[in-house]
Amino acid sequence: MSDMDLLLWARGPGLGMAVAIFLFGMTLRLFEIYSLGRKRDLSTPRSNSPGSGWRTIYARSLPHADTWRRSALTIIAGFVFHIGLFIVLLFLLPHIELIRALTGLSWPALPTPLIDLVTVITLISLIVILVHRLMDPVKRFLSGFGDYLVWTVTFLPLLTGYMAYHHLLLDYTLLLALHILSAELLLVVFPFTKLTHTFTLFIARWYNGDIAARKGVAS
Amino acid sequence: MSASLQKGLNAFREVMDAPIASFFSSCVHCGMCADACLFYTETGDPKYTPIHKLEPLRRVWQQEYTLTGRLGRMLGLSQPVSDDELAAWSELVYDSCTLCGRCSMVCPVGNDITYMVRKMREGMSAAGHAPEGIIGATKRTIELGSPMGVKLQALQAQIRGQEAETGLTIPVDVQGADYMALLSSMEIINFPEYLGALARIFHQAGVSWTLSSEAFEATNSGIQIGASDIAREIVARIVTAAEKLQVKNVISPECGHAFTALRWEGPNLIGRPYKFNVIHILELLDELRSSGRLKTSGKEDAALTFHDPCQIVRRGGVVQQPRVLLGAVASDFREMPDHGVMNWCCGGGGGVSANERAEHLRLTSFKRKKSQLDELGVQTMVTACANCRIVLEEGLEHYNMNVKVVGLTELVAEHLVEQESAK
Repeated sequence: MSDMDLLLWARGPGLGMAVAIFLFGMTLRLFEIYSLGRKRDLSTPRSNSPGSGWRTIYARSLPHADTWRRSALTIIAGFVFHIGLFIVLLFLLPHIELIRALTGLSWPALPTPLIDLVTVITLISLIVILVHRLMDPVKRFLSGFGDYLVWTVTFLPLLTGYMAYHHLLLDYTLLLALHILSAELLLVVFPFTKLTHTFTLFIARWYNGDIAARKGVAS
Repeated sequence: MSASLQKGLNAFREVMDAPIASFFSSCVHCGMCADACLFYTETGDPKYTPIHKLEPLRRVWQQEYTLTGRLGRMLGLSQPVSDDELAAWSELVYDSCTLCGRCSMVCPVGNDITYMVRKMREGMSAAGHAPEGIIGATKRTIELGSPMGVKLQALQAQIRGQEAETGLTIPVDVQGADYMALLSSMEIINFPEYLGALARIFHQAGVSWTLSSEAFEATNSGIQIGASDIAREIVARIVTAAEKLQVKNVISPECGHAFTALRWEGPNLIGRPYKFNVIHILELLDELRSSGRLKTSGKEDAALTFHDPCQIVRRGGVVQQPRVLLGAVASDFREMPDHGVMNWCCGGGGGVSANERAEHLRLTSFKRKKSQLDELGVQTMVTACANCRIVLEEGLEHYNMNVKVVGLTELVAEHLVEQESAK
């Protein structure tokens, strides 16, 4: 199989399979959560505003002052990495082209040199996050295979994308194929690892806000 | 009821719901909940990370409520939760968690970890892994009607004492009163002045109230140990007495977990809404103050601060009322660095103070409150929970700190405008 064959497979059947596994897996995971339901709360709520859950969905993105002080590195590295990842994912021209081919939706791209800089910053923040995970007693204690797997499958698409753009080490066609394959690997493991938080955190925050708001507390 | 692993696991399955599944699905092992927990911050031991305390419950969820988990178990890739594992987790679930709810405010993905610890305790107690101290308190509640073994005679003695002290009659079993007041065991034994304060305040404000000889205590160790059947029995006593006396409202004592049990868990435990309202004493005092029925005069000059009881403030929504009340009776009220819904627990809630096994850990974690107080430098700390009060007093004594602890209701009563005509 030549590099070109690999690229064609990755862009064709590979992508189709990865997207199918991702969609099936995430649908299953959401079904597994919601099908459990919850008991109706019979206590008289202080406020029954359905907006409370939604409020926590966005409010929880900004930590309290004391949390900033105690978990500064986790928060800053986390923000930088997430924002960087979304910028690269959603505003690089070839990515927008792919999204348009799949869904018909498109929007303006950011200049490629800017995306390049953001990629470097995101890669560095991911390395910081990994070192922090290995050094911090709590993070190291909580971490298992899944945590390092998820770090790896998030890091690889960024790394291969950066290498392909700069024609580093390997042939461009091969690098592009590897970049697409690494993104497909991310999609395949996504529903079965903690990457699900991308979607489920909205559910979790909503429940948290709803439970607290019944008692009159904005969480 | 005999405890067994099977019963414990069944209780885990019983409590499993969509919120719990969404919480476990969302955890990214960031560890920020550890920084929110005084048992971690004061010991530095990662095993006290809040989300880790739920590991057996998470494993049951993963193995039985997710497709990949079920496959993994069929292929022998994961071991089922064992009795030894639950035994090992007893310390984490009971000794190092006061259900204070601070981690639930901090988790970036929004996990209500406290909600899960409360539910996990149902399985732990069914499996026989609750600590002796809380089992004892719960047994006394069922057999004697009170976790500390307080009987009606003890209450009657305190009633007589407080009647002599205040010169007022403390009504018992008055049919059709507007309010039925409840007490915590701590208040009956250690702080009977709370009862006298109620009598004086209600006398001035013209509140129609009563105690019940059948249900006078609101402390509910059933919710602390995680035994819903027992918690239900304790709440049902209060509901029966209140509905028999046909009172319109039941006043929760200052005690935080009593409030949670009565106000939030109670209707769910008995399976129906109440025929009366539940109001926390601080909510009632603030209502009386704002409607002009409760008048105070003079203010404390000394600098003082307020310790927020977790179940009343963060988990109960009574946040502003204590501050308004304190503003009315104190001229130099200072907030602690983290206060209100972000306050740090006294370290003894959720059954921890009844759990002798946890004493050393509780006193170690008190260093959090100590540093909050050291930073502020005040010598009077007001609070509104008899359990917090005892735990705070023990901690202050242990660290030789010169800080006085005062109950808010009593402080308000001390500043009542005495009405001559009412005597």
